[in-house]
Amino acid sequence: MRNLLVFLVRNYLVLLFLLLEGLSMYFLVQHNVFQRAAAVSAANSFTGSIYETRSNFTAYLNLKDQNVMLNHQLAALLNRDRGSFIAFNTATTNVNDTVYRQRYQYLTAEVVDNSVTLRSNYIILDRGSKQGVAPDMGVIGASGIIGIVREVSDNFCVVMSVLHKDTKISASVKKDGTFGQLLWNGGDYRTADLIDLPTHSKIAQGDTLVTSGLGDAFPQGVLVGVVKNFEKKAGDKTYTVEVQLTTDFRKLKHVLLIKDLFREEIQQLKQRVNESDNNAK
Amino acid sequence: MLNEIVRHSIRFFVLVLVQGLILKNMDVAPYVNPFIYLLFLMQLPFDMPPWLVMIIAFITGFFVDVFYGTIGMHMAASTLIGFMRSRILKMLAPRDGYEFSAQPTVQDMGWSWFLTYAAIFILIHHFCLFYLEMFSFREFFSTFLRVVISGMSTMLLVVVTQFLFYRSKKAL
Repeated sequence: MRNLLVFLVRNYLVLLFLLLEGLSMYFLVQHNVFQRAAAVSAANSFTGSIYETRSNFTAYLNLKDQNVMLNHQLAALLNRDRGSFIAFNTATTNVNDTVYRQRYQYLTAEVVDNSVTLRSNYIILDRGSKQGVAPDMGVIGASGIIGIVREVSDNFCVVMSVLHKDTKISASVKKDGTFGQLLWNGGDYRTADLIDLPTHSKIAQGDTLVTSGLGDAFPQGVLVGVVKNFEKKAGDKTYTVEVQLTTDFRKLKHVLLIKDLFREEIQQLKQRVNESDNNAK
Repeated sequence: MLNEIVRHSIRFFVLVLVQGLILKNMDVAPYVNPFIYLLFLMQLPFDMPPWLVMIIAFITGFFVDVFYGTIGMHMAASTLIGFMRSRILKMLAPRDGYEFSAQPTVQDMGWSWFLTYAAIFILIHHFCLFYLEMFSFREFFSTFLRVVISGMSTMLLVVVTQFLFYRSKKAL
């Protein structure tokens, strides 16, 4: 017993170190598992107000760009407005539309905090579960995809940006529909990589890439980027494409959250398949 | 003594805020992420007991983590450097120990001592930090590049602050 005490006293520094380091690691791993729940609550209470103030200031710095972007968005929306169309054949006009059902709903949000310099970047938005945000919802901006919601608190949500080591988004070449996986390998926030693109794709430099609609988060056809370069590495059976992202992640301010109204149905269906697979085993 | 505590507290607040509000959003070039808050840990007095240094480092890491939204990462790296600090100081100690009133600054210890001290300090911290951020050795060399380049940028900032804030004091 006495020896133990002597040992403890003599090595108190190492023990304290192990204790504190263990605590840090616990937080780190815990937060990997629970996906930044701790950070969200911190964003709520402690840094929330500081971020809010700062973002009020910095909002002025890129007002000009924001206005241009909003204008483009407005133009795109007006193009889709009923007033911009004329009916060629009134006989086919159907008011109570039973053929098309709305699948995606859009919710506006503002960026409260954002980074592009880390290996795994997150974005915090000022919308939370009280406004109907749920994990795995997609986030897009006027000029393309931004990320996927990971964690939600009452009034904020944390978005895993495309610039994250674990982000994988299914993207396709717009003109022929062949698809691959979009990844970010760190470094420059303006470029990402599209891997596993089959070699029968008629891809060329300058081609547009859009979301394929295969994942849960994004509808089909949201802008992703432009092909900057592509190559077939020796031994690979697929192309690796260098993608110029169309979203400027440094200047995010106004974004849209996408809610899939059929998500639950699809999830249930998947679950049923999983269960019957497990039963078959 | 009290004066000393106030000075260190101010340095803590200024550096953590500069880190969390300015440097976090600065993007000079890919891979360049300076962590100037280390300067606060570097400049804690020589005679501060190691356990206190470690606890202060742990708390500093926590506040930086809150700004970065990465609870645990900076805490772990700072605790490590808090633990190593007494060893680094022992290793670099002059033959007859540190003078009673000396501070770990350029003006008290000279350029060669300070640069060695800062380089070891920053390298250990950044190494721990960036590999924890990756949480694997998957992209070993690209992470190593981040350590080296970010380390150099931190070093540059540390040296610049030494020029800005400490040379004029000597003249007084």
